[in-house]
Amino acid sequence: MGFEIPVEKWASAVNTVTLGATSAEGGTRTSTVTIGGAATLPFLHFEGEIPHPPVIAMEVLDMEPQGWPEVLSAPFAGVLNDPSAWAKKCAEEFGAEMICLRLASAHPDSLNTGPEEAAKVVKKVLGAVGVPLIIWGCGQADKDNEIMPRASEAAQGENCLLGTATQDNYKTITAACLADGHKLITEAPIDINIQKQVNILVTEMGLEAGRIVMFQATGGLGYGMEYAYSIMERTRLAALGGDKMLSMPMLAVVGPEAWKAKEAKGPQAEFPEWGPEKERGPLWEAMTANCFLHGGTDLLVMWHPKAVELVRGTITGLMRKVAV
Amino acid sequence: MYVIGERINGMFKEVRAAIQERNEQVIQNLAKAQLQAGANALDVNVGPAAAEPLEAMVWLVKTIRAVSRAPLAIDTTRAEVMEAGLAEAGPGSIINSTSGQQERLALFLPLAQKYEASVIGLTIDEKGIPRDGAGRTEIALRIVAAAAEHGLEMERLYLDPVILPVNVTQPTPGHVLSALREVRLLSDPPPKTVLGLSNISQGTTQRSLINRTYLVMAIAAGLDAAIMDPLDEELMNAGITAELLLNKQVYCDGYLKAYRSSVLR
Repeated sequence: MGFEIPVEKWASAVNTVTLGATSAEGGTRTSTVTIGGAATLPFLHFEGEIPHPPVIAMEVLDMEPQGWPEVLSAPFAGVLNDPSAWAKKCAEEFGAEMICLRLASAHPDSLNTGPEEAAKVVKKVLGAVGVPLIIWGCGQADKDNEIMPRASEAAQGENCLLGTATQDNYKTITAACLADGHKLITEAPIDINIQKQVNILVTEMGLEAGRIVMFQATGGLGYGMEYAYSIMERTRLAALGGDKMLSMPMLAVVGPEAWKAKEAKGPQAEFPEWGPEKERGPLWEAMTANCFLHGGTDLLVMWHPKAVELVRGTITGLMRKVAV
Repeated sequence: MYVIGERINGMFKEVRAAIQERNEQVIQNLAKAQLQAGANALDVNVGPAAAEPLEAMVWLVKTIRAVSRAPLAIDTTRAEVMEAGLAEAGPGSIINSTSGQQERLALFLPLAQKYEASVIGLTIDEKGIPRDGAGRTEIALRIVAAAAEHGLEMERLYLDPVILPVNVTQPTPGHVLSALREVRLLSDPPPKTVLGLSNISQGTTQRSLINRTYLVMAIAAGLDAAIMDPLDEELMNAGITAELLLNKQVYCDGYLKAYRSSVLR
């Protein structure tokens, strides 16, 4: 006697967002990326269509990273002080489907670089790789309002993903997005109500809902990971239930958050029971990504190439439609 | 909350005149305004004084269809007018309504299958309107059984426990609330429920206040849909807020705006 899996009838599906523009579309990308579109909860292929697998972007900083453990910097030997070379290695050697360029040097507490440098590094990275680009600010509101418009302009026509718009600071970046034809990351501090509100504020400025990707300030294990997961789950349920202001694809920042934990980078010499850090670090990052995949994340921003490889295998496995 | 806009009804002076003069503009403006305000579907009623009800119904539906593909609730007691309206409106329409009497069910349930329509079933029978909640639930059960016999899924059945004006019968609002609660237990999946909301305030002076207060109470008792006035902004806001408080919408500071821009049809 067969068993019939009970299926849910969802009212709606997640939005689909395409990133990157080829020459036919007015850009210079050699590939584009499409995320979203799921008509059911993560990986329940027996219940609905999941047209696009989650995608992995690797993060590149526009300056040499400070305080990276040996495990993390080793695979990038020789390129960490050159964003173009770093991006090239991620795209060509490690198979990154997108590059997330973080304009970290612009932060006032860092090198305090300005809009011209931002525009320059954006152009250089665009020239070094063919994959679509995420351009992420330094995280300081006033400074981002200075550099993001110039960075956006430097990438005009490439259909990039710009980050981020927050409830208290969204107007400048939304205007840049509209002017230069990009897509936008809307950010909230692990708060579903604020996420919805930012989406409303941004769409009221004339940016269509279909041009938005959502980001809840994701934390690793011990830093709010399970809270971020449950918010992703609630958000995805609202999208499937028809809430158009929560129907956008979701992004998670895995690399920086996972590697914050001492469990990810603590040397075995100091923590013998934890095993070799060479395997532990990438595994920690991969498991963090896995958690967010099950919450409905469509776009992962990652650091370690070994973690990327592991997660790619997971995604391939989860996207297999097994007969039930 | 499934909102069926009630304004295109020949009992309203403006609509009666528009039907008589075949004034498309008036009808189309009402259709667009109601949908803009958040209605999911539109009720279409030629009114009691229409000279040729069948022709009037077809004209109303055609006129609305010229500007909208939203689901239409064909509101008439006459089977031939119902069928003409359903044929013109297309699949996904709502039969408003049948009662619990066997002959009426036998007449209207087959139309639901033929035209791929949903059905509103009033909990009235040969004996009239039931005295209390239990009486309404009993008729509801009969309608559910008849629907099942005709192959109509519960998702396409709306039971209406018949609300009456509060200044005519004050116990009735309470009876209707208990019927709303009990009807959900009749089957799995349960049938849906609907109310002709404005009835409750008929003949009173505080129509708006009474309507929106009862809408909130009914939603808390499990009401799925209402034939109501979407142009009454406070009424819509009360309904949206009631759903928010039952965790059916995610809160955000602009939740009223968010709901209206999110209406699914």
